[in-house]
Amino acid sequence: MRKILGISALLLVVCVVTALLSGSFLSAYNIENLIRRTALFGIISIGVSFVIVTGGIDLSVGSVVCLVGCGVPWLLTTHGWSVPSALAMAVVVSVAVGLFHGLLITRLGLPPFVVTLCGLLLYRGVARGFTRDQTVGFGSDFKSLRSLATGEISLPFISGFSLPVPWLFLVVVAGVAAVFLNRTVYGRHLLALGCNEQAARFSGINTGRMTVLAYVISSFLAGLGGLLFVLDVNSAQPVDFGNFYELYAIAAAVLGGCSLRGGEGTITGVIVGAALMQVLRNMITLVTTHNNVEFAIIGAVILAGVIADELVRRLGARRQKTV
Amino acid sequence: MTVPLLQAKKLTQTYPGVRALKGVGLHLMRGEILAVIGENGAGKSTLMKILAGVQMPDSGQIEINGVAVSLPSVLAAQKLGIALIHQELNLVEKLDVAANIFLGRERLRYGLIDTREHHRASQIYLAAVGLQVAPTALVHTLSLGQRQLLEIAKALSVQARILIFDEPTSSLSSSEAATLFQVIGDLRKQGVGIIYISHRLGEVKELADRVTVLRDGENAGELSRTEIEHGAMVRLMVGRDLKQFYTHVPQKPGAVVLEVSELRTQVYPQQSLSFQVRAGEIVGVAGLVGAGRTEMLEALFGVTPAVGGTVQIDGVEVRPRSPEEAIRVGVALVPEDRKHQGVILQMAVQENMTLAALRRGNPTGFLNPSWEFALVGEMVGRLQIKTPSSRQVVQFLSGGNQQKVVLSKWLSLKPRLLLLDEPTRGIDVGAKHEIYRLMEELAAQGVALLFVSSELEEILGLSDRVLVLHEGRIAGELDRGELSEESVLRLATNTDVRDR
Repeated sequence: MRKILGISALLLVVCVVTALLSGSFLSAYNIENLIRRTALFGIISIGVSFVIVTGGIDLSVGSVVCLVGCGVPWLLTTHGWSVPSALAMAVVVSVAVGLFHGLLITRLGLPPFVVTLCGLLLYRGVARGFTRDQTVGFGSDFKSLRSLATGEISLPFISGFSLPVPWLFLVVVAGVAAVFLNRTVYGRHLLALGCNEQAARFSGINTGRMTVLAYVISSFLAGLGGLLFVLDVNSAQPVDFGNFYELYAIAAAVLGGCSLRGGEGTITGVIVGAALMQVLRNMITLVTTHNNVEFAIIGAVILAGVIADELVRRLGARRQKTV
Repeated sequence: MTVPLLQAKKLTQTYPGVRALKGVGLHLMRGEILAVIGENGAGKSTLMKILAGVQMPDSGQIEINGVAVSLPSVLAAQKLGIALIHQELNLVEKLDVAANIFLGRERLRYGLIDTREHHRASQIYLAAVGLQVAPTALVHTLSLGQRQLLEIAKALSVQARILIFDEPTSSLSSSEAATLFQVIGDLRKQGVGIIYISHRLGEVKELADRVTVLRDGENAGELSRTEIEHGAMVRLMVGRDLKQFYTHVPQKPGAVVLEVSELRTQVYPQQSLSFQVRAGEIVGVAGLVGAGRTEMLEALFGVTPAVGGTVQIDGVEVRPRSPEEAIRVGVALVPEDRKHQGVILQMAVQENMTLAALRRGNPTGFLNPSWEFALVGEMVGRLQIKTPSSRQVVQFLSGGNQQKVVLSKWLSLKPRLLLLDEPTRGIDVGAKHEIYRLMEELAAQGVALLFVSSELEEILGLSDRVLVLHEGRIAGELDRGELSEESVLRLATNTDVRDR
């Protein structure tokens, strides 16, 4: 709870600073865009946070985004698949990827870092292979499908501002994820195994199955994210589509209070973390003239956040002791 | 009167919500073995942490040879000659023996580690503790007993004059413990002062020159060499007489609950185990460390599935491949390693207690807070678990209360067969007693109990029948009438005492 307050305060500060430095930050267009980006990144961040809660890591998120993001327009335009079959294929592929990771990790006992690092290389390579490294996109077709990402819902009583559709996806995904994690037996099992896998197994929890489930959720939401990303931007270049997205997702999860040691994390925190990442990127575009320092600034702010969090934690621990 | 080697006066220490020490004092003479005993939560470990420089007391004074000192860090304590041999050993398993001895104080030659000098010098310290391993042996290849001796060798290498042992024998076999006692005796002769913390009153009686008893953060009393006796120690520790520590009431055994035939474990695949446990029976499993006792329980619980043989529960053949399957057929295990296998330290009392029953208690898959609340309330009352609230993180409970949380995790499932592996290891006398009481109560309700213990008194005091394991096989089975320290040990060590 305290972590969420801290990160929310940081988000607020960054928003206020950006608004003061740039007049266009608070424009309806910019806010809509921010919400859309936050929603898209929020979805993949929630996915990876399930893996992080188990004490694992998923580095393949960005490449799964690329695989699905390139694969769907490729199937639709180059091969003329129908929309339902292309979407079904996207689901099957992303779930299969997660299943593959999960089984390698639980059955063969391979380290998650290695398995998903290989995934990162593999799926991007595959996407570049079947597209022959050519840009794929929808052109001017598939307008109704694209409205899943680009569409907007006008709000009553507010003119000039409407809510991007991906926001709905985020609300649904986050709602289901939060209920699953906090209100179901399986969520409790997942947290328990993240804290102490051995004790969880000794309590009769099928830790292998729960771990596989976490990787499946991660890849599935990466796939959903990939689909929405490509619907949003209309075209994808296999060479860099979704590049570094796994790092944005992991950073958002960690900022939002997930411990990389496992067993800790909240969905709300992850969403706030994802929002913070997007506002930071937005600030850099609006305020500075050179986008090339983006990574440096994001890295510095995250580091500052993590340091502040640790210092506050220590101060709290010391104060508790002297009471 | 000579000046004590170490003297602590009026030490106080307060943690959030707890006054761990309320003006405790002790003194230690040169060449003396002082045992410090007390129930968990009495303040022993806090006191030892202060003496070893792990933490600073809120107030109080510490003197070495009559000179007041301050111990702000472990390093400072080491410089003054105080070394703490931890309950959980602090060795780097992937380094060799010599490298561990000189860890942090490496001897250099031309700026590089002088391995040859390490090996030469470490021989001296290894010889001093009678540890016969090569300086180049990797620590993970050593047994727990050898590691303990290595810790002592390391302490000697920093010229320690005061050695503090925290539960040193809790994971040693009896022969390893015997070696340790010999080394401790030698150190005493050389004038080293030794503070010895243990829950095993038998070894305190054997070893100590003097006993200081703590209770609730205060000095409860002191016993000189001639006064050290089991009853006296218990009386000071709990502040009352524990009449008849073991009050075993044999139940009339019911139907056979567990029938094991030709069971072969992964560790001893060539040996097969066959035995029965009836409803209402408490069967003890004795044997030395490495006799295959834990492996037997883990095979029955599906942790490391058996490689052969059959297991029947209530006459139905079962073949547990995982704890999940074992639990389904009514088997429960209180594991040996409480902190890693028994409880989830970072989670709350409530979450730990309901973990195993979660699926059965919430058939819809959604958590039912009122079910959880009721279950936890019932268990906290029934087992008299001392916790400020059910939201308390288990890490901050005493060992005895943690073990009660593990037990309550299983009770709600109403197991047919309860397996317990060293159920009272490292917990205080009062909590031990309550766990015995609970075991008796379960037996009376018709549960079959099979428990492993390295404490002979416990085996003798609690069992209707004892299986003695030796190198993976059942060396013998003793009925309550045949039970004696001698008969168990003879089978456990596979020697005929009469021959000697």
